[in-house]
Amino acid sequence: MRDTFIETTTTLLAENPRTAVVLADISAVALEPAARRHPDRVLNVGIREQLMIGVAGGLALTGLRPIVHSYATFVVDRAYEQIKLDLDHQGVGAVLVSVGASYDGAEMGRTHMSPGDVRLFDTLTGWTVHVPGHRDEVEPLLRAAADHDEPVYVRLSTASNATALPGPGRLRVVRRAGPGAPLAVAVGPVLDPLLTATEGLEVTVAYTHTPRPFDVAGLRALAGRDVILVEPYLAGTSSAVVARGLSDVPHRLLALGVGGSDLRRYGTPADHDRWHGLDAAGLRRSISAFLA
Amino acid sequence: MTVTTTTADLSVLDGLLRRVTGDEKHAPSAHSTLDVLWVLYDRILRVTPDTVDAPDRDRFLLSKGHGPAAYYAVLAARGFIPPEWLDDLAGPDSRLGHHPDRLLVPGVEIGSGSLGHGLGLGVGTALGLRAQGLSDPRVYVLLGDAELDEGANHEAIAYAGATGLDRLTAVVVDNRSATHGWPGGIDTRFTVNGWTATTVDGRDHDAIAAALTAHRPGRPHVVVAVVAPKH
Repeated sequence: MRDTFIETTTTLLAENPRTAVVLADISAVALEPAARRHPDRVLNVGIREQLMIGVAGGLALTGLRPIVHSYATFVVDRAYEQIKLDLDHQGVGAVLVSVGASYDGAEMGRTHMSPGDVRLFDTLTGWTVHVPGHRDEVEPLLRAAADHDEPVYVRLSTASNATALPGPGRLRVVRRAGPGAPLAVAVGPVLDPLLTATEGLEVTVAYTHTPRPFDVAGLRALAGRDVILVEPYLAGTSSAVVARGLSDVPHRLLALGVGGSDLRRYGTPADHDRWHGLDAAGLRRSISAFLA
Repeated sequence: MTVTTTTADLSVLDGLLRRVTGDEKHAPSAHSTLDVLWVLYDRILRVTPDTVDAPDRDRFLLSKGHGPAAYYAVLAARGFIPPEWLDDLAGPDSRLGHHPDRLLVPGVEIGSGSLGHGLGLGVGTALGLRAQGLSDPRVYVLLGDAELDEGANHEAIAYAGATGLDRLTAVVVDNRSATHGWPGGIDTRFTVNGWTATTVDGRDHDAIAAALTAHRPGRPHVVVAVVAPKH
């Protein structure tokens, strides 16, 4: 996904003179060819994440479309107040593109983990959040984001589903069970483990790479009594949206995702999937218990 | 440079400033900026109420957003906002708060209040203008000396100096409010990073005007305007 981001952004810089890229050293080498061609529009500020967002705000105030990129923990967590004030409060947008996701960098430890990023955007208003589940979903999402001025967050991951499901951000049924069956919604790269986990169960599985704005109409059309939400970031991040969307419909909600505590463990992303119950076996256990 | 200030102008300004009520808490910091703001709008900035959206206007970013009474008075004196707006500062129907909002006040380039945001936005603005081939406008950012305590400013100072961002001028109004001070002088924090710097009496209009035009090619410029300490 990161390579696709680099390739697409390099192309966008050549095609669209409104685009500009702001970096804080991360991925600067990969974007060096683009920086040589567009020295005024590829700006590496050094390891200065607050300035990175401030610069993006300033660029947007002059009418450019900034694309800002770093690890999620630096571009979102660290610079949260800059996102709130230098973008939101100024009434301008940007395309923030993160890598690292919840624990892609598990071996680097907690300092490089950002399971709370999407929830932070829920404290702001108007952000579109894309969580692609496959590298082939990245380019169309980025191209669409570069074409307007609204705030967009794109959360890239090293985790991936086997098959890309590009297209609009609506909920897409991937496996349909009978009418009234439980609905399980996967956001981004947790689709494949969810499909494995629900093998043989009477559960409709739907997918989205765009949890914000959440496709509430699609949810209402598909949901029966039982709704299961599987997200690759903090568990329950979309619970409020689902609860609001179904407030007039009797339902039960199981929200699965990354747990809130610092495990103080390294290991691999697969280890963390297991510890947070986001591998197929863990999802199967939680879903079976919920539906029992 | 045409000097247009008259005694009449200044007495109008004084009257406008008195209309801005309800901001007593921040009065010393508000008044510390008055002379610099007046000189900027009277002699330096190429922006008028008719050009607040013109791409090639000069930009003035008030980073030190608290105590904006002087700012509002100057904006009213120059015709950016109706003087009547001054009478209901931070009231329920007022567009003028104790910190300005760019979406509510014509001519205000950034919403500010939380310290340490303006210089980064100014750097981005200067870069954005350059990327679009707009080489005439300058970007002025006004900060307070205590605001320099915020680390975000140091990110901007170092980067602007390293990249020779010469369309940028920072104006630091120094009323000695920084808790631990800046031993060795505020200007040295900038010059060590490649900026040019001029320190002036923050009440001397001619000196302020000269300092605001003392920038040199290839370097960002800072004007340190020293005023009486906060009491």
